[in-house]
Amino acid sequence: MVARREVGAYVVLEVADEAVAAAPGQFYMLAAVVGWGGGEGERPFLGRAVSALFARAGRVGFLLEDVGPGTRRLCSLAVGEELWLVGPLGRGFVPAAGEREPLLVGGGVGIPPLAMFQEAWGGRALLGFRDGWHAAGASLLEGAELATDDGSVGYAGHVTDLLERELERGAGKICVYACGPPAMLETVRALALAAGTPAWLALEAPMACGFGACFGCVVATRDGFKRVCLDGPVFEASVLA
Amino acid sequence: MTVFCGIEIAHPVINASGCFDALAAREVFGDALRERFPFAAYVSKTVTLGPRAGNPPPRLWEAAGGLINSIGLPNPGIDTYLETHLPAYAALGVPIITNVMGSTVEQFAALVERIALRDEVAAIELNVSCPNVETGLDIGADPHELERLVKALRPLSAKPLIVKLTPNTMDVAACAAAAESAGADSVSLINTLRAMALAPGSAAPWLGGETGGLSGPAIRAIALAQVASVAARVAIPVVGMGGVASGADAAALLDVGARLVAVGTESFRDPAAGRRIANELAQRFAENAA
Repeated sequence: MVARREVGAYVVLEVADEAVAAAPGQFYMLAAVVGWGGGEGERPFLGRAVSALFARAGRVGFLLEDVGPGTRRLCSLAVGEELWLVGPLGRGFVPAAGEREPLLVGGGVGIPPLAMFQEAWGGRALLGFRDGWHAAGASLLEGAELATDDGSVGYAGHVTDLLERELERGAGKICVYACGPPAMLETVRALALAAGTPAWLALEAPMACGFGACFGCVVATRDGFKRVCLDGPVFEASVLA
Repeated sequence: MTVFCGIEIAHPVINASGCFDALAAREVFGDALRERFPFAAYVSKTVTLGPRAGNPPPRLWEAAGGLINSIGLPNPGIDTYLETHLPAYAALGVPIITNVMGSTVEQFAALVERIALRDEVAAIELNVSCPNVETGLDIGADPHELERLVKALRPLSAKPLIVKLTPNTMDVAACAAAAESAGADSVSLINTLRAMALAPGSAAPWLGGETGGLSGPAIRAIALAQVASVAARVAIPVVGMGGVASGADAAALLDVGARLVAVGTESFRDPAAGRRIANELAQRFAENAA
């Protein structure tokens, strides 16, 4: 690990990795080389699936929030400590085709794929956070419109309310790219489908391996269970069951 | 070079069924995988007669020093396996062991008869960690049920039959002896241990399948004891597995009588674990010889 900085409630880790650069929406399995295991409940044991925040010049970045023994250890890493990295993995976003303008909708620690999308292909962003401390993460994107649950920054309420407004204004002009907590993504999916607007969702699922071996991360689709790690993590909203 | 049931393989480290998807791994890691496949033989995921979707998610729970899974044996069924998966596996350049499961003797027989016709398959592994839908008994947990099954399957194929024993039984060595007396060429163990986790802050089971199988370092000491007791009881070769994460872990299973060692959950943490463990093992052999 070559750099670490705190952004509100989050930690940005920068890791040297000469392997192929990640595309927006791709992820890595991360584990600390030292001190992985032996924490709370003798965890962590497995690596943690974390989306790339940026990938440039032999460096890859990750956005982390301390929410359990695995992310706690990763957040505690100091510059110079080593990580196990497997990746980049999965199928990421594809840029908007045709006339539609990309609209990025994200929440919380789910914003990294959208930051990479915006850097590569542009797009306006609507981002939701719990509170002002978490909303500091919005600085990782350009010009995002914000919503917070506690109303301390931007619109008081859910980011999906902002999406609803955008869909009312011009559902036929936009294509939605979203990443965030499951409840948010489910609302994005329902709104986009009802409006007839294409939407691509970057899903999250607990994974043991990240490369298609364990079949543990499946999501229900119209075509049966699909592996989030291999067939996703980005899925077109209409294929999800 | 190691010889196992008449099959020559490069070293004694193979994968545990269900813990390495050679097709997905090739898609993710590319041709590097084919050039340096991490295992000396490839054991397929469990194949059943018809397709299976598997259990509803969530399917995973991280336990202390391990993993509980309730994947539920998703697979495309024997027809698709033979048509598309097996030819792709054959291109891996290592012997292929096909793992099968049925809920009745007849289902097992139909699977073994189909696979017996395919030259690409070097050996057949029988997943007997399932209830017999007719008797309700776990086939692999009961020596008499197991003997009846293996006796029925033995004449159906000249290929080596490996019986994958379940650890969820009173006397695993008695089950191994029953498999041997019925004509099995090898036994492999241990499969996962039945386990459960509750959803955080709830009294309800977390896993979609309610219970699952525990694997990883958490079961290593149990595996060592069960492999030792089986190897002391039977003359046929034993494939040992359970929590193997290093050459030292593999060496311990070989020391108590295993012929081969299989790597399971560790491959989830490190896709190249098979090769690393084989290299560590070879280094130990070289040091001991010197």
